[in-house]
Amino acid sequence: MIIAITTSGNELSAPLDRRFGRAPKFLVYNSETKEFSLKDNTQNLNAPQGAGIQAAQNVAETGAKVVITGHCGPKAFRVLSSANIAIYNTEATTVQEAISLLEEGKLVEAVQADVEGHWV
Amino acid sequence: MQIAVASGKGGTGKTTVSVGLAQAYDAPVIYLDCDVEEPNGAIFLKPERKFHTDVNVRVPQVDKDNCVACGKCSELCQFNAIITMGGAAMVFPEMCHSCGGCVQICPVGAISETDNCIGSVNCGSSSQITALEGVLNIGHAMAPPLIKAVKKHVHKDVLNIIDCPPGTSCPLLESVKGSDFVILVTEPTPFGLHDLKLSVETMRELQLPFGIIINRSDSGDDRVVNYCKDEGIPLLLEIPESRKIAEAYSRGETVVQADSRLKDNLEGLLTDLIETYGGGK
Repeated sequence: MIIAITTSGNELSAPLDRRFGRAPKFLVYNSETKEFSLKDNTQNLNAPQGAGIQAAQNVAETGAKVVITGHCGPKAFRVLSSANIAIYNTEATTVQEAISLLEEGKLVEAVQADVEGHWV
Repeated sequence: MQIAVASGKGGTGKTTVSVGLAQAYDAPVIYLDCDVEEPNGAIFLKPERKFHTDVNVRVPQVDKDNCVACGKCSELCQFNAIITMGGAAMVFPEMCHSCGGCVQICPVGAISETDNCIGSVNCGSSSQITALEGVLNIGHAMAPPLIKAVKKHVHKDVLNIIDCPPGTSCPLLESVKGSDFVILVTEPTPFGLHDLKLSVETMRELQLPFGIIINRSDSGDDRVVNYCKDEGIPLLLEIPESRKIAEAYSRGETVVQADSRLKDNLEGLLTDLIETYGGGK
């Protein structure tokens, strides 16, 4: 299974970015091979609106079926849901911690956006 | 004649000056509140409501049974208003700039257009003032089409005062468009000056004649005055920091009602501007 986690860093020990749309990048983790790659998301940092829409398309391009992030707004949620990508919200501080929580079954799949747009 | 009142920084006194000008003018005048995200001129002018119209823009709708998910519409759209996901195009109407490109490019005719209400225009009157305002619906980001709808009520034969939104982006450009003169209202603070410079650059780029009013002029320092001198920008008026004006404001009254000298100043300013930039009317 491919998992995309929002982050500002480059490795599993990097901090998890709690924003979805405006996270600088996604760490794309393959739970079978334990390998990962990085997907840039910086084109959204200065977007006045719609960052979540573009970010969700970026995630879909990676083939991820799961997203782990801090919070997810309504537009991103709509796009991810259409692409059948599951969303998990977490308070985890690092990417590794988030992956471990998911693998231990400690995260609950979100059924709706948990914040309004522009919540930051 | 069309006079726009703009600022750069928010909260400097655009509405204070705009409604003051409208009330100081002794002839029919149209006041247009183009600060559609939070119009507040009506609080001071207290117009009697004449009419209210909804403003719609055209946005795409997708026939999911016909969509082949080719992605051409999403590729064309620069605003992420239509994207292809999960086997069909999906629309985010609040992002749409209504260019109609997606409808044109769709190879199977699966996209048509429908109305999306973005806000409304209210019209009222208060003595010789016809007051218009645009009110953008909550959650909508597209101010320019609504501003355009407000400005359809500009009448060439009378004085039109445009109360602009803050900033120097699209809503401001739409608001000042077609103006004969722009009044930039600022405050004598570093923040006020910083944003004033952005507004000045914008007016020069647009080649619109402009001058400056300093509000609460004795509250800060003289760097705005010095900037005006250095740049050769006319300083039209200074409105003092005054408890009397602040008290009137808190009661929903205007500078003209608070201070008769300011009424004379604003009236004199209008006479000069109409003479110099409005061809006498």
